[in-house]
Amino acid sequence: MGTDVTEHILWEEILPGGATCSHILKRGTALRITDLQGCANVAAMLYNAHNPVERYNMPDTLKAQHIARLTKGFCLYSDMGRILCSVTEDTCGWHDTVCGHADAALVRERFGQRTYQEGRNSFYQNARDGFLIELAKYGLGPRDLVPNLNFFSRVTANDEGALEFRTGNSKAGDLVDLRAEMDTLVLLNTCQHPFDPARQYDPKPVRLTVVSVPPAAADDFCRLSRPENGRGFVLTERYV
Amino acid sequence: MKFVESALETSRAGLSVDLPAGEAWIHELKGGETLRIVDLHGNQAVDTLLYNARDYADRYSAVDTIQRQRALYLTVGTKLISLQGTVLAEITADTCGRHDTLGGACSQESNMVRYAIEKRGMHACRQSFLKAITAFGHGLEKRDLAPNINFFMNVPVTPEGKLTFEDGISEPGKYVEFRAATDILVLVSNCPQLNNPCNAYNPTPVRMLVWGADVQ
Repeated sequence: MGTDVTEHILWEEILPGGATCSHILKRGTALRITDLQGCANVAAMLYNAHNPVERYNMPDTLKAQHIARLTKGFCLYSDMGRILCSVTEDTCGWHDTVCGHADAALVRERFGQRTYQEGRNSFYQNARDGFLIELAKYGLGPRDLVPNLNFFSRVTANDEGALEFRTGNSKAGDLVDLRAEMDTLVLLNTCQHPFDPARQYDPKPVRLTVVSVPPAAADDFCRLSRPENGRGFVLTERYV
Repeated sequence: MKFVESALETSRAGLSVDLPAGEAWIHELKGGETLRIVDLHGNQAVDTLLYNARDYADRYSAVDTIQRQRALYLTVGTKLISLQGTVLAEITADTCGRHDTLGGACSQESNMVRYAIEKRGMHACRQSFLKAITAFGHGLEKRDLAPNINFFMNVPVTPEGKLTFEDGISEPGKYVEFRAATDILVLVSNCPQLNNPCNAYNPTPVRMLVWGADVQ
């Protein structure tokens, strides 16, 4: 959708570091996530807004596109062969799909503890608890947790499969656009990536911008990026 | 890759089941029991899910397992971790060397995307999983089917972030063993995939062997 979306903006909001939020991203809209300061991490889980037992499926997404990372042109598949969202713009080139998110124990081990009483709203939060609270708002629970995406974070594997977190993957102003191909419940959390080597609890804020967009055209970049995605769009368009 | 043979003798196994391709198997392992999966004919995908037997919501988590070991592939020494951080089992022997947990289970829907829309009618692992948990009951349903382990599958990730489906590295008679760290429910689909070069388009039976906790 290009980088200038000013005239199509429906709303904007800053999501502080360490926070969780959710939004039903309707077909015909797209979500732009902008890293405001650099080194942000945005963990995301996606569900069919009308039938959440259909949800983002990490393996189906990876094997349909022969990828272990995300960038522009790739699609986020549900377990039903449909595309929840497609990545229509990306300025940072790599978003992690395989490392999950941190829970309370990992945050405590890495950074120690800071309670709400001590820190008010700068208390130490963790992505797992944030996701469970947000899922509960929709009647969902621990059984509905799925492997999340980590926007703006890059983790590479060597020949033996050992993983390395690449610091500085995302700069201030980097952005990623998710176009909803069907109505999608999107959960976002801005806690640090589980492999972020930072010694301090210092999760970064992002800007969320929801814009109106036309449906994917016949010559859409994501649709044509590979034959699998062409079929994914066909199956999605039969449904919506 | 690490190759570690087991000291367990086949003659002392308390259970031996041959599972044809296209079939599912559910079995509860008590803490300390060992399950060996034998790839009888080579390069067969054995799609496997684990659940804490006391709380099925506390299930195997591919990404928590990857996160905990900071590595993508499963082999000897890998602890199979649940959503709540419980060690469900540990791989104790492996003559294949590497197993996948990124590729998930095939389904009719993913086959339509990956191969052709006309593939809808072909049998798939998630059909077997759903049939098995529906028959088993105890509250298990589709949302409990999370990304699984693919024993004997070789799905390397390149440094550039590409996922590649390589020729299998398993052979007839190779096996992998894991010991339950607590009571766990094991759900297996012996993959019926006919479109996958990894198994030479030829799904074949595997053998499940179980040893009691007291057998060394």
